[in-house]
Amino acid sequence: MNVKDLQGLVSRGKMSRRDFLAQASALGLTLSAAGTLADQALAATPKKGGRLRAGLAEGGTTDSLDPATYTDIYMISVGFGTHNSITEIGPDNQLTGDIAESWEATPDAKTWTFKLRKGIEFSNGKTLTPQDVIASLNHHRGEDSKSAAKANVDPIKDLRADGDDVVVMELHGSNADFPYLLADYHLLVMPEVDGKADWQNYVGTGAYVLQDFEPGVRTFLTRNPNYWKEGRGNFDEVELLVIADVAARQSALTSGEVDVMSRADRKTVHLLGRTPGIEIEEQTGFLHYTAPMITTRAPFDNNDLRLALKYAVDREQLMSTILRGHGTLANDHPIAPSVPFAATDIPQRQYDTDKAKFHLKKAGYDSIQLDLSAADAAFAGAVDAAVLMKEQMAPAGIDITVVREPNDGYWSNVWMKKPWSMCYWGGRPTCDWMFSTAYAEGANWNDTFWSNERFNKLLMEGRSELDASRRGEIYGEMQRIIHDDGGVIVWGFANYLSARSEKVTHGPDVASNWELDGGRYVERWWMA
Amino acid sequence: MAQILKMVGQRLLLGLLTLFVVSLIIFLGVELLPGDLAQAILGQAATPETVAAFRKELRLDLPAYERYFEWLGGMVQGDFGRSLANQREISELLGSRLENTLFLAGLAAVISVPLALTLGILAALYRNTLYDRTVNVVTLTSISFPEFFVAYILILFLAIQAGVFPSISNIGPDIGFWERVYRTMLPALTLTLVVVAHMMRMTRAAIINLLASPYIEMARLKGLSPSRIIVHHALPNALAPIINVVVLNIAYLIVGVVVVEVVFVYPGLGQLLVDSVSKRDLPVVQACSLVFAMTFILLNLLADVLSIVTNPRLLHPR
Repeated sequence: MNVKDLQGLVSRGKMSRRDFLAQASALGLTLSAAGTLADQALAATPKKGGRLRAGLAEGGTTDSLDPATYTDIYMISVGFGTHNSITEIGPDNQLTGDIAESWEATPDAKTWTFKLRKGIEFSNGKTLTPQDVIASLNHHRGEDSKSAAKANVDPIKDLRADGDDVVVMELHGSNADFPYLLADYHLLVMPEVDGKADWQNYVGTGAYVLQDFEPGVRTFLTRNPNYWKEGRGNFDEVELLVIADVAARQSALTSGEVDVMSRADRKTVHLLGRTPGIEIEEQTGFLHYTAPMITTRAPFDNNDLRLALKYAVDREQLMSTILRGHGTLANDHPIAPSVPFAATDIPQRQYDTDKAKFHLKKAGYDSIQLDLSAADAAFAGAVDAAVLMKEQMAPAGIDITVVREPNDGYWSNVWMKKPWSMCYWGGRPTCDWMFSTAYAEGANWNDTFWSNERFNKLLMEGRSELDASRRGEIYGEMQRIIHDDGGVIVWGFANYLSARSEKVTHGPDVASNWELDGGRYVERWWMA
Repeated sequence: MAQILKMVGQRLLLGLLTLFVVSLIIFLGVELLPGDLAQAILGQAATPETVAAFRKELRLDLPAYERYFEWLGGMVQGDFGRSLANQREISELLGSRLENTLFLAGLAAVISVPLALTLGILAALYRNTLYDRTVNVVTLTSISFPEFFVAYILILFLAIQAGVFPSISNIGPDIGFWERVYRTMLPALTLTLVVVAHMMRMTRAAIINLLASPYIEMARLKGLSPSRIIVHHALPNALAPIINVVVLNIAYLIVGVVVVEVVFVYPGLGQLLVDSVSKRDLPVVQACSLVFAMTFILLNLLADVLSIVTNPRLLHPR
């Protein structure tokens, strides 16, 4: 038994602090070190009670309770506070079951069987059945679906119940990462009423029960006394406030009006962190900033030109100027270091105007003029980033005109329409998910219209491969292909920056698949 | 009196016409903006199929004039319709927001109007003294700063350093009247600082203007005290311009405070309007705009009626 195991026993209440000290000193630890470890473990034990008040950006009066319409942290907090999904990305970024206890696939990864936990009840007393799960997924499927998660459930060919606690999902094709898709924040499990998922009454199986929802202002939740997960759902009450202005959010946190805030200001977060009683939460997520080129149009159909542009970007300067250092350098592929099978062994592409000139020459140009479309709708600072890139590329003989586009309608009229634009991606927790969303041939959001035969073949291969080391090879090669041939400059992964008061605390790990513990802080955190 | 009633009737009818024109302009304006609700809500996640499904469900695929007349038809029968974005009744959405906006405007007016009038009258009384100059400099300074700056300064001193007032106005559904006043105090103070100068300067100017007239000279020759001259002889005749500027500022407190709402997270109509415009939620935009237009129409009418009532010459025209 090592110290970690002992700490686990203490935090689960299976061992007293005194016993811990005795055991730990037997393992050769000094008394004071052992004392600190015991306190850490105790601090990591969830405690019931209190009222969590969160000040969140990105809520609006136009918010709807319909999970198909969620786009950001505010409605994600409401959704995960009151509902569960089928699978869950845990605090350690590993996939675990939420209402699903276990799952298995046929060897071709085409048919998936999910076993549901027994005895889960909705907050209105109804027992969870496979029909609820099926109706909840069907809410996002079908011809007339207007769900933002339609792409997640598109692989499903057929859903059926098998007995009282098993859902069988048949897919159109193999998909080894399919369970990850079901952890998405849109795919909440709702009760079935007359064959349809009932979101209107907003009853879930989650840790809290919705009491009051005033869109764009405030949401009030109270604890679900019958919640079935141990150590989760710790607050008595939860109040989620929309505070759109970042200065107002920070002053509300500093003056103790709220305990948790989302999206701290990168420019002033170091000052906020110095305030006594305030802790900054910073995680490198999957969110990344890109500049996609439409590879079917000249001159971007020439890979040497694309390489010239990739070499002519000073990622470090963009990182320190636009993100103020709150991020990780990206290497022209969209897989963040924390995603399984991330190819961290690809050498980081450096700013090198000589190489850029070389590739430009090879592409048949001495110098070239290009338009780069940008608007702050792409991400805050996108226009500044475009102007910086213009300056960085000038020495390589690449003359960029930054076209400032309107924020309104940017995603419909500029992105994927103009040959070269600025863009951001929320990122995905698996390689396959990210690639099938934005890099596979014919994918809805393949924003470079890129098609690489080898890449597409590997994608199919990876989906039906269940052997981890072989998958590592496949996904490593795919990342290399995007790095060398893809139509996208990926210059940085942004950190999620949020802050909490010391009155609120969490376990040792915090998930990084979305801001604030994957959006599940309401369920996971507790009062210190 | 009959004449006033006739005027009120005429103005109300004209007001209805104005509202119709306003609704038309707003509708056309929002239509001209790029993108629609489906694209705004789906954002980057939009695909042609999901956008089409969205439009079909919300009837956004109909031609613009058909949607306008459908909306107008409902409006004439007193039906505001439903929000396109979340299908809530607009009357329900608007009700509590309007109440909040009126509460904030009311509180700011209750503080700022007496304050401005008092300061203005005193400034007229002690004009060109140190007091007069100080008041002018201070109020003009506070009106010259942008609202959000005044707001942040108040938050810094009164909320963060002194901790007297909360930095955000978290108005839950079940708080008492005085608690509500307390939580609304910082936005109200900000607005007070923003509007006092205008009303104060107008009061001062209107009174000083009259002080040169012969009947004031007469009063002075009779040996009346300066304060009596100003309050009893000058002020009643200066009321018309003062009323106008006060009403104009109250209208501003109702329709123009979105920046203050954002800084203090105050759930008023301005925020609702901004959210709805950015998501192209047309029925809500229309409803908010009509409320704002109506505020202006009614307050201007009120100002005119009050000016007539307080001026005997206008009350009995020959």
